[in-house]
Amino acid sequence: MNISNQEYGELTKKRSPNSKMYKTLPKAFLIGGTICTLGEGLLNLYAYLGLKEEHAAALTSMSLIFLSALLTGFEIYDRIAQHGGAGTLVPITGFANAVVSPAIDFKSEGYILGLGAKMFVIAGPVIVYGVSASVIYGIIYYIIGLF
Amino acid sequence: MDVFMEYVWAFVIGGLFCVVGQVLIDLTKLTPARILVSYVVAGVILGAVGVYQPLIDFAGGGATVPLTGFGSLLAKGVKEAVDKDGLIGAFTGGLTSAAAGITAAVFFGLIAGLCFKSGSKINEK
Repeated sequence: MNISNQEYGELTKKRSPNSKMYKTLPKAFLIGGTICTLGEGLLNLYAYLGLKEEHAAALTSMSLIFLSALLTGFEIYDRIAQHGGAGTLVPITGFANAVVSPAIDFKSEGYILGLGAKMFVIAGPVIVYGVSASVIYGIIYYIIGLF
Repeated sequence: MDVFMEYVWAFVIGGLFCVVGQVLIDLTKLTPARILVSYVVAGVILGAVGVYQPLIDFAGGGATVPLTGFGSLLAKGVKEAVDKDGLIGAFTGGLTSAAAGITAAVFFGLIAGLCFKSGSKINEK
């Protein structure tokens, strides 16, 4: 069969997402769901130990971030992420992985502009846009409250 | 039985948040960074219009663990701070409520960066 490179490109583009999605979606669901269930378990554990709801939630996030940092350091998280896709990206552990991974990788470029700066490569924009959106919401909420 | 269903819903709702992300990755060319930013901003908006808190009450970790939960936490903090302190709260509430998560990520990131080497990638060559 004679097809040009361009046609081949279009063909693979058409075929590849669908042929993969029956695998990637269930994997993302299972792995992402598992991480969230672990979070629910920690939340209940900390509440059971007598922490206030707010503190239990904060400690849950911190625990998941710590676990993710540890697993990223031992290069286990990236191995799970090869299967998990968005299932390992979307939970807060994915955010932690996005901080820890460049911190380790760019240490060779120095502790300030390597480790210190590059850990914000993805976390930076997340904080910039998240915080800015919340400030806009706060201003709107304040103005609405005036009437 | 109630406790069991709590975990089932945490699993299902949390899993669905990830499936949405996976669909975005597979069908669009959104990079992971863009997806994380979108999720946080979406969480702020969903929290602001008041639909996220009911979801947290329903699914617990299934709603708080995905990054949309982080966004809704920012919105919640801002709302409480504006209620308490007025307009200045719009600038203090978000990071206050998200402090534990951000600080943990920064601190554990630093510790991990100091303790671990990006070894295997080099060793494999």
